[in-house]
Amino acid sequence: MGFKNYCFKKSLWVFHFGGASCNNCDIEILDCLTPRHDLERFGILLVGSIRHADVLLVNGSINMHDKERLIEIYKQAPKPILVVAIGACGCTGGIFAESYAFAGPVDKIIPVNAYIPGCPPKPEAIIAGIVKLVENS
Amino acid sequence: MAENLFYFLVFPGLLFAGVTGAFLSWFDRKVTARVQFRVGPPVLQPFYDFFKLLLVKETILPKYGSPLVFLSAPVFSVFGATMSGVFILLPLFGITSGFKGDLLVIFYLLTIPSFSYIIGALASGNPLAAVGGSREMKLILSYELTFLLVVAGIIMKCGQQFNLNSIISTQQEGAPFIGSVSGVLLFIASVFCIQAKLALVPFDMPEAEAEITEGIFIEYSGAAYALIKLTKYIMLFILPAFITAILLNGFRLEGIGILWSVLKILGVVLLLTLIRNTSPRVKIKQAMTFFLVYMNIIVIIALVLIAFGY
Repeated sequence: MGFKNYCFKKSLWVFHFGGASCNNCDIEILDCLTPRHDLERFGILLVGSIRHADVLLVNGSINMHDKERLIEIYKQAPKPILVVAIGACGCTGGIFAESYAFAGPVDKIIPVNAYIPGCPPKPEAIIAGIVKLVENS
Repeated sequence: MAENLFYFLVFPGLLFAGVTGAFLSWFDRKVTARVQFRVGPPVLQPFYDFFKLLLVKETILPKYGSPLVFLSAPVFSVFGATMSGVFILLPLFGITSGFKGDLLVIFYLLTIPSFSYIIGALASGNPLAAVGGSREMKLILSYELTFLLVVAGIIMKCGQQFNLNSIISTQQEGAPFIGSVSGVLLFIASVFCIQAKLALVPFDMPEAEAEITEGIFIEYSGAAYALIKLTKYIMLFILPAFITAILLNGFRLEGIGILWSVLKILGVVLLLTLIRNTSPRVKIKQAMTFFLVYMNIIVIIALVLIAFGY
């Protein structure tokens, strides 16, 4: 079990699900992969297909339309999958929490392993969240 | 029998080619990172990726496809890559198999991984995988003629011999084939063919990540995807080894020659990586024009030069 878990922690492939986002969190997530922060030194890669993913990053407020798609994406992912909610909208709903189209924060829809709050969170905060996720998984 | 199984499974087959290819894959990613002013992954990263996919992740089967074909395609691709690896690496390490005409067998075995990717992609029942499969098919149609002409040029150069052993010994007794005008032209064409065979960036339309989200591999997960990764590692080792054998004098396994052999492989991989990092993805039509017109013209000029003895 130790060897398997070690390999899993060392190579987390990330799939990015953007809900009804204002794109600030998306840009900050892409910042983590740029030369200044370079998450590839920890083996973290951004992949194009949910079938290859180990981590599902969810940002933006989840509205009625996004809810079905988020559940479908979560079902399509090969287990074990870790879910990370990024930004105030993903964690709690943020300024959209009272909206008529709002379908609840991410943890009401699918189980969430880590929360990274902020509007938007800095890349350093995202890296700190990922490190905590790796240590506790 | 036991000897042949050892050749296939341990050295120079599955285990050796896989481990060396994984190291070359790390080299490729590290050079890419350095080109982009990043730090890059640790040395064991390809092994972590492989064992994570093989041991930890779940394998999902397609609902509207054919699960048997879908799962057997990666096995066939690993088989094809390993088999061609054995035929390429045995002469390079100076082990004679007593088999004449292995150059043509290598040429056919090297297409098996691409064909199994296509079969697996079409069996998955995913429309994006079908798009990727059709692109891979067009890519094979365009580069295969050029690659065959390169092999024909090599055969002409060493006096109508179809044996990789005698091709290497001809070069080691005389000069390496790249030391002539026709050799340089053949080297240029074969580097681009290998770039397309490995589906690296100017020719990565079958698995265009940003466009059709991994294309032919979109439905693969878990152990099946681990086998595809293993095939990619092996191909990243044996194709530069093939170029080294046919154009760059092969390996010399004594004294300082070992260092030169390693540097030749690393040099070819470095060239492929730099091409991959400095060019954008082309459209499938542009790739077909590139191979069917320009590369073929280069190789035909090389063939004419060989016929006149240059």
